[in-house]
Amino acid sequence: MRAISSLDHRAAPAPDLVLREARVLDPRAGIEGVHDVVVRGGAIAELAAPGAAAGDGAEVVDAAGKRVFPAFFDPHVHLRTPGREDEEDVETGTRAAAAGGYCGILAMANTEPPVDAPEALDSLRERARLAASVPVGFLACVTRGMRGEELSDHAELRDAGAVGLSDDGLPVASARILRLALRYERLAGLQIALHEEDPELSAGGAMHEGRISAALGVPGIPSVAEATMIARDCALAAYEEARIHVQHLSARESVAAIAAAKEAGVRVTCEVTPHHLTLTDEAVEGLDAAFKMNPPLRSAEDRQALVEALRSGLIDCVATDHAPHSQDEKELPFEEAAMGVTGLETAFAVLHTELVLPGTLDLGVLVERMSAGAAAFGFELPSLAPGSEANLVLFDPEAEWEAGAEGWESRSANCCFAGRRLRGRVLMTVAAGAVAYRQRSFAMGVAA
Amino acid sequence: MSRLAHLLAISDLEREDVERILERAASFAEVGRRDIKKVPTLRGRTVVNLFYEASTRTSSSFELAAKRLSADVVTVKATGSSVEKGESLRDTVTTLSAYGPEAIVIRAPSAGAAGLITRWTDAAVVNAGDGRHAHPSQALLDAYALRQRLGDLEGRSIWIVGDILHSRVARSTTLAFRMLGAHVTLCGPPTLVPRDAEAALGCEVSYELSGIEGADVVYALRLQRERMREALIPSIREYVARYQINERRLSPRQLLMHPGPVNRGIELSPGVVDGPNSLIAFQVESGLVVRMAILYELLAGRERPQGATPREGEGAGLAPIGEPA
Repeated sequence: MRAISSLDHRAAPAPDLVLREARVLDPRAGIEGVHDVVVRGGAIAELAAPGAAAGDGAEVVDAAGKRVFPAFFDPHVHLRTPGREDEEDVETGTRAAAAGGYCGILAMANTEPPVDAPEALDSLRERARLAASVPVGFLACVTRGMRGEELSDHAELRDAGAVGLSDDGLPVASARILRLALRYERLAGLQIALHEEDPELSAGGAMHEGRISAALGVPGIPSVAEATMIARDCALAAYEEARIHVQHLSARESVAAIAAAKEAGVRVTCEVTPHHLTLTDEAVEGLDAAFKMNPPLRSAEDRQALVEALRSGLIDCVATDHAPHSQDEKELPFEEAAMGVTGLETAFAVLHTELVLPGTLDLGVLVERMSAGAAAFGFELPSLAPGSEANLVLFDPEAEWEAGAEGWESRSANCCFAGRRLRGRVLMTVAAGAVAYRQRSFAMGVAA
Repeated sequence: MSRLAHLLAISDLEREDVERILERAASFAEVGRRDIKKVPTLRGRTVVNLFYEASTRTSSSFELAAKRLSADVVTVKATGSSVEKGESLRDTVTTLSAYGPEAIVIRAPSAGAAGLITRWTDAAVVNAGDGRHAHPSQALLDAYALRQRLGDLEGRSIWIVGDILHSRVARSTTLAFRMLGAHVTLCGPPTLVPRDAEAALGCEVSYELSGIEGADVVYALRLQRERMREALIPSIREYVARYQINERRLSPRQLLMHPGPVNRGIELSPGVVDGPNSLIAFQVESGLVVRMAILYELLAGRERPQGATPREGEGAGLAPIGEPA
């Protein structure tokens, strides 16, 4: 396991902080209670009794009534660099992550051109060391040029610093090529993250195939396009004794396929997005491309199955699939518009509002799932236990705000939650020991 | 009297909206029997037809409807999707809106195009077909034509036969017929009927023609040869054997409809196209008066855009419909 801080990020001072009288929750570490959280030298120094921590020149933040969680980790982000810096770059994307409470993110390789050579990784990592507000890891392509025909140089890519492999945006359509990649994992040792979609079944589709697509006449993407590929790839992983990470589950049939694979002992982890956990294809009825993404929003039964699987732990973690798009790619008739939505800045607040506050999902479970994706790629899980690297988020559970009303840190605005009233807001993010984000309206702490 | 701002889909309409448009269409039919078939109702108004797909009858029907109402019409034909064309749909609509049109009639290959352009223009938008989504003027003209022949659709049984999956006509007409009290059965090969069609459209689904003898109306859809290349049907021969509406399958008391253009010998036998039960030519005739009624519904009484001053003698009011130009 590697420390999150070993990922590339901009060097920043590690200030001394005291978050006074915060309600601290870290279920993994068994921590729940009101404490003064003391951060010193980039680490959690102490969880002191409320009001007991000495200031000692540290910035003291009044955190009474606020919550402190381990910061979040997103294993699925699109930074659009290189090639589409008009939509996002390393600086804006990691700023968006920090604003959402994330202490680490992993960037996908489906850029223009795709990241399939060590030189591309060198330049991205250099960029991250200059501009990244939070640690960021870069995945490289499974196949050269994401063409699905031949493997990229997995071992060379690992040596150049790739933290995983993925052709995300596209499935690895060929079973043979995926099998070879899984076999090669014995040498390269990199986690392979899979976008599961049978391109023959999904071809031409723009939304979930079901009652609403039938009424709208919009070509559908059937749930089985995802579930059959998950079943295939789990079988291949079992045969090659390799591990896989399945990205963005959307359908209940996929949940069933994962359950069967885990039951059989397959080394598979998986993720789900905030939009699939909170929205259904009914959102598409107005043919607004703001709700167009791949995999698509599915039925209410699918959404319920995803929530239940996240709660039970069958789904390991939340990932945003933050996918920035320019306005002109989204301002098109639904069928022609680009697929994808941004999500880093709203993920936790949306899930807090839609799942935790109504009592559907326990807060502690959500907090755990928001960072669990780190482990699937070999990174230490953020922890509030004294001695841990300081990766924490200060959250105001009462704050009400409208998503996007004050603009976005991301360079793109294609968030499907824009305009929603949300309850609960990230006030401050500490990533790799440094303050990565402060919410603008939040009063600064005073030096004591 | 409430008026519609746009005509995008039948699902946006109340029954009273449909009734109002159909009644207006009947009054325009009377105008069509005069020597001079033109009324001054929309004089000085501009209608833009923006067609991104080939269309003969819909495009000509809207154009003539606007002219019969004395509107100025410009028809812009573009090919391919807005993306393929190079200029974005938004830029095209913004450009055409600079002429200050009171209505834009749009035909586009992708679902949602008509609804989308309402964001960028002050004009009333008429959806003349967007992808497989909706074709509300076709549905209204079909309802009008049937009403003229049957009087009332309440309790009538209507079978829509053919390629339901790719048909915006099937979607829109089903909703309109149902709104007027008819029972609709969708019939076609299982691969050309969408999953969940019953729940989506509130109709019955049948994969065979057995039972069609109970229908009052048989509405056949165009089958494109493309569907065979896509392997959606095994062969045209098998389709014809199972689903073609011919003299043997159509009883003298049943009415036959088709949105056109007809593939003679495929979905319809040549004999029934021109037969005594056929409403096909009357559908085209109905299209003209219904589209006049649609433009009237959207434009009559609508505020002129800024800058357009009423001409002498027009004032703010509308010339009565019956008055020849």
